[in-house]
Amino acid sequence: MKREEERYGYALITPAMIVVFGIIIIPIITTLVYSFVNIDPLSSHNGEFAGLGFYQKALTSRTFWEDLGRTLYFTAASTAIETAFGLMIALLLNEEFPGVRFLRSIVIIPWAIPTVVNGSLWKLMLNGEYGVINAILMRLHLIDAYQSWLGNPSTAMLCIIVADAWKMTPLAVIFFLAALQGIDQTRYEAARVDGAGAFRSFFAITLPAIKPTIMVIIVMRTVEKFKAFDIFYLMTRGGPANSTKTLMYDTYLQAFTNLNYSEAATLAYLIVLVVVLMTILYIRLMKRGDER
Amino acid sequence: MKKTLCLILTLVMLSSLCAFGALADDVTLNAIFMKQAGYSEDDVLAMTQAFTEATGIQVNPTFVAYEELAPKILTSAASGGYDVILGDCIWPAQFAKAGLVLDVTDRVSALDLDDIYQGALDATRYEGKYYGMPWLNDVKYMFVNMELLKQASIEEAPATWDQLIEDAKICKEKGICEYPIVGCYAQAECLICDYTCIAGSFGGAFVDENNQPTLDKAENIEALDFMAQTLKDGLCNPKSLEMIEDDVLSTFAAGNAVFAINWTYQYASMNDESQSSVVGQGAITPIPGTDKAQSATVNGGMPLMITAGCKHPDEAWEYMLFLASKEMQAKYCANALPIWKSLYTDPQVIETAGAEVVAASQIQFDFIQNRPMVPYYNELSTAMQTEIQLVLLGQKTAEEALTGLQAVALELADR
Repeated sequence: MKREEERYGYALITPAMIVVFGIIIIPIITTLVYSFVNIDPLSSHNGEFAGLGFYQKALTSRTFWEDLGRTLYFTAASTAIETAFGLMIALLLNEEFPGVRFLRSIVIIPWAIPTVVNGSLWKLMLNGEYGVINAILMRLHLIDAYQSWLGNPSTAMLCIIVADAWKMTPLAVIFFLAALQGIDQTRYEAARVDGAGAFRSFFAITLPAIKPTIMVIIVMRTVEKFKAFDIFYLMTRGGPANSTKTLMYDTYLQAFTNLNYSEAATLAYLIVLVVVLMTILYIRLMKRGDER
Repeated sequence: MKKTLCLILTLVMLSSLCAFGALADDVTLNAIFMKQAGYSEDDVLAMTQAFTEATGIQVNPTFVAYEELAPKILTSAASGGYDVILGDCIWPAQFAKAGLVLDVTDRVSALDLDDIYQGALDATRYEGKYYGMPWLNDVKYMFVNMELLKQASIEEAPATWDQLIEDAKICKEKGICEYPIVGCYAQAECLICDYTCIAGSFGGAFVDENNQPTLDKAENIEALDFMAQTLKDGLCNPKSLEMIEDDVLSTFAAGNAVFAINWTYQYASMNDESQSSVVGQGAITPIPGTDKAQSATVNGGMPLMITAGCKHPDEAWEYMLFLASKEMQAKYCANALPIWKSLYTDPQVIETAGAEVVAASQIQFDFIQNRPMVPYYNELSTAMQTEIQLVLLGQKTAEEALTGLQAVALELADR
């Protein structure tokens, strides 16, 4: 009877296993193999075993470190903005005032917008010829001529950070709001009786209570940001002059423009490595915080 | 009972997977085109419908932006997703070497090659073999807003870059146009197309007759310096650095530029009241030259190719021949000129494409420059886009950038 049940169970999970192996496990293994064997149909060394050659080439190239620097900048800035603004908006929406329920409902809208739409929307708004952002800044006399925000290396990355943070901040708001609503209100009342002001209450009660949520947001968003590709593809395609080229975008270029599949596979695994290292670091920090 | 139901559902799922595989064996062609410059989506759909009516062969056309064309083709290559693909003239070398497209030399050789423009044929060729059917025959032209020029008391479109700069300065000084020149200088292939035109008109070229890189030639450096100077002098729109062809068109169509380099499709769009405020004001002319070259333009020919995984190459070839037939090319020449020389005297073509366009093409076709037709072109182009932008931004000199690019090109050629 038990054996029959087992067979029945295997029969049921077989389709799912085929799909999982076909689209996840096999590509992961193939990508790993590609990073050790030269898979470049345009090269005379196509198919030759390269060992750690591609890893050595990537880690000693200036391009890799420049791309990594830009990726870290985008990740850190974007995550910081999302976390800070997410917390501030959540604190506001945690209060009771007329219309708060309506605001809580609509705050989710940017997050619900697909990234493709978000990227195109911001690209249009930032357009140097007819963008609404230029028009607003001109009316406010903050600029004296329309600016090429996405054509200027010093502002292009900043624009992408803002566009991405605008879309993803609502996710942080929802997380923080849920955490804030779980805090026992009697603690605030007790603090008030003891003479604590709003700031003291925030740092003594709110912040410690939502610390695990902050860590979850930071870990989750850091990993996602590090892998971001679509927003860069839509808004700047790595330009101008590579000022928004990240590791993920370079991986795409190597695979689908240059047909350097091995270099792309190597970069993909290096991205995984960095993400794993960052996650371990965060988890350790979290544990250390808990121990204290 | 529940167990039986679950097992039935599992079997249904598995059988539908098998059925999906079986469906793929039906004789239906999948084709991919771009929706940007050249033939419009409506044109291609109408041609395809006519083909199906004439032959009974079904075709599923897909339309994507130019930038997504190559990734779509490459990601589907292994699975044989598309039978017929539209490729840029810079891809046959890479696709042929990677074994992604079929050699159709025998089929192309059977055509009346003397009646096909050389640029269109070059767009399909690599190492003496043909890898596609010439289809889109396009080059870049100089578009001039004659109305704005007249306001500056200038009656003729410039024939040289020196004259163009003089005219641009007058337009700017008189306050007629803040930035008289606009270019598509975004970090994309369009930047290389514009640079090819300008470098060619300064007597430059990116490879020699043996396909060896010559990026650091003095003429190429001079041309790049020239482009950077127009930005520095405020004659060229600084927003050009984020513009692709459609942005150049919209800037010109809004009356915010006097001079713009673009593909043939701009002519129809700038004279379309629904998308232009300069209808009837723009002229299409050959790209200006220097004392080293009368003019130069870039080959924008795009062939139709059959993928290596295509299960119906005969039907695919039949479809390609139909799209490139004289009948279709004469009928739909408003956005792209025909590949067939004999059609340029056809009254229907002259009327549909516009006499001015046909006249300009007859001069411009004599000055076509090919971008390097080498397997490593895409990688070289990516590097060129970055370095050229650094020069245009004033962060590098043209000599530094092109010397570095020459080294990159030599390394790629040796790979």
